[in-house]
Amino acid sequence: MRKILLTTILTLGLASSAAFANEGAHKLLDAQGSYEGIFGRFDRAQVQRGFQIYKEVCSSCHSMKEMHYRNLGEKNGPYYDPKFPNANDNPVVKAIAKGYKVKDVDANGAEVEREGTPADAFVSPFDSDYAAKQANGGALPPDLSVITKARHGGANYVYSLMQGYNKPVPHGVNVPEGKVYNPYIAGGIIGMPEQLTDGRVTYADTPENKGIKATTEQQSADIAAFLQWASDPHQTERKKTGLATMLFLFIFAIFTWLSYQSVWRNVKH
Amino acid sequence: MSGPSKYVPNSGFEKWLDRRLPLIRFAYDTMVDFPTPKNLNYWWTFGGILAIFLVIQILTGIILVMHYVPHVDFAFASVAHIMRDVNGGWLVRYMHMVGASFFFLAVYIHIFRGLYYGSYKEPRELLWGLGVIIYLLMVITAFMGYVLPWGQMSFWGATVITNIASAIPVVGEPIHKWLLGGFAVGQPTLNRFLSLHYLMPFVIAGVVVLHIWALHVPGNNNPTGVEVKDVEKETLPFHPYYTIKDGFAILIFLMVYVAFVFFAPEALNHPDNYIPANAQVTPAHIVPEWYLLPFYAILRAIDFDLLFIPAKLGGVIAMGGAILIWLALPLLDSSKIKSMRYRPLGKIFWFLFLVNFVILGFCGANIGEPWTTISKIGVIYYFAYFLVILPLLGIYEKPKTPPASIADSISGAH
Repeated sequence: MRKILLTTILTLGLASSAAFANEGAHKLLDAQGSYEGIFGRFDRAQVQRGFQIYKEVCSSCHSMKEMHYRNLGEKNGPYYDPKFPNANDNPVVKAIAKGYKVKDVDANGAEVEREGTPADAFVSPFDSDYAAKQANGGALPPDLSVITKARHGGANYVYSLMQGYNKPVPHGVNVPEGKVYNPYIAGGIIGMPEQLTDGRVTYADTPENKGIKATTEQQSADIAAFLQWASDPHQTERKKTGLATMLFLFIFAIFTWLSYQSVWRNVKH
Repeated sequence: MSGPSKYVPNSGFEKWLDRRLPLIRFAYDTMVDFPTPKNLNYWWTFGGILAIFLVIQILTGIILVMHYVPHVDFAFASVAHIMRDVNGGWLVRYMHMVGASFFFLAVYIHIFRGLYYGSYKEPRELLWGLGVIIYLLMVITAFMGYVLPWGQMSFWGATVITNIASAIPVVGEPIHKWLLGGFAVGQPTLNRFLSLHYLMPFVIAGVVVLHIWALHVPGNNNPTGVEVKDVEKETLPFHPYYTIKDGFAILIFLMVYVAFVFFAPEALNHPDNYIPANAQVTPAHIVPEWYLLPFYAILRAIDFDLLFIPAKLGGVIAMGGAILIWLALPLLDSSKIKSMRYRPLGKIFWFLFLVNFVILGFCGANIGEPWTTISKIGVIYYFAYFLVILPLLGIYEKPKTPPASIADSISGAH
């Protein structure tokens, strides 16, 4: 009975992942992100480049409402600095936030615009979903805060979608006016035109970026890494805690097994 | 296996307490001295595992409610807040979310173990029936919990499932509106689902107490299905023998759970639930969580009118019946032999029932052909197992002879 059930449980597990596979859409490209897997960690310079792309390209249409500027300087974030354990004091983060105008209300209740601070949420490009739709041909650009969790394939989906332009349109697919074909989105029709053309952004000339060219592929990988981090900023901490917890339980299980053997040694069963 | 208590109060305080409120005696009799058959295998550990998961879910849930905001405009953001800004919030939420899946994994193993070893037969009919009620409460609790993050699957899952009520003739529509607190899933629905999702686990805990009570009167069944005849020779005190053996097995199960919590917390979740609920956009394919898929398949398999019963009502009757029929199982299985070990045909049908249940799960996750046809065959076998196979098998099957006693089976083994 044991074997039967174990096999069933395993098949059930595999089945559930297969059952929810992305139906109908094209097979995704593999970004081979450094963050994949139990031991995978983010490439700090890559997440910084990804943030640059979000800032200079994506953020003109896409909001990230769950993100705050301070997140960029928090532990395992792209601008974390051990000298500033409180990210609100981090000068890089302060400078980034300062570059934004935030709508606020002053002491007299009057509407004002002030400089951003690390405690502010990422400023959204549009005042409302309605305004966003008006500016984008009726389609709402999705919020990117948890986008890699909200799509089958996660970061690989972003990586593939960014490179899915200028492909031959298959027979039978009718691309409406103002839309484009992209095989990686469900249904194959996307409102967003191609964004990450070669050299769309100019990467900072830092030692970490040496030899890295802003090709479509490179920029796609970088924005995927940034969005992967942003969707779950605690994932590095989570994986590290997981390894320690597994080790603890493993040792605990060994001692429990030895006690079990010792307690039962004189019992015939 | 309740018998005379062997508890001897030692200290003055214990003696004083024992004459007034014998709490320690009760704990000693149920958790220390309780006679447990020697020959239990690891499939008997899942009761303990389930108790632990009930505690994990209640504790993590109580913490989550401290940060969660049950409002249609803020619920989704408050979950993001828990994941990002609450200290350790990501861990508590992932433990709760993955915990639900492992709670159901454990309960399915527990149920199928009961089906295999005949744990529902005399004198354990009530024990089994209370278990079915616990499972039913778990399903309701899990469904309402899935609505709370207010993602697309939350919203549309709630819409589809509450719609079930409207299938009831005449009073269906009023009941539907009464459940939702309005004409569609909205703010009143979210509020009452949180309230009930918080209440139900404590109801479950209450029924669990009855379940354990009903276990401790006849005592554990065992892999031979032969009742204990000699308590001295065939049983061991629960502590330390089973606390340590179960403890080991629980740790192994927890390792699998923890691996999912830390390394693949989203593996069993649907990506659409990270899209905020939107009443204007229906997801391409609405599916419940994996553990409800077999019953979802049964619901959708009835897509035809049967005489005066419309398809929608037929599906609801089939789905409800699929769980409620478990209550009648002690009456339906006519075999005198408890354990499938000694039932050569019963064993095969049990295995087919298990495979059929898994296939129904696949059918629940997919739409269109061939899944619709397969799910119809699945529904037929599901009900035939209870209504035809088990009642007839007891008459026509030639079982092997079980050992005369547990002691015999132990000396016959290694």
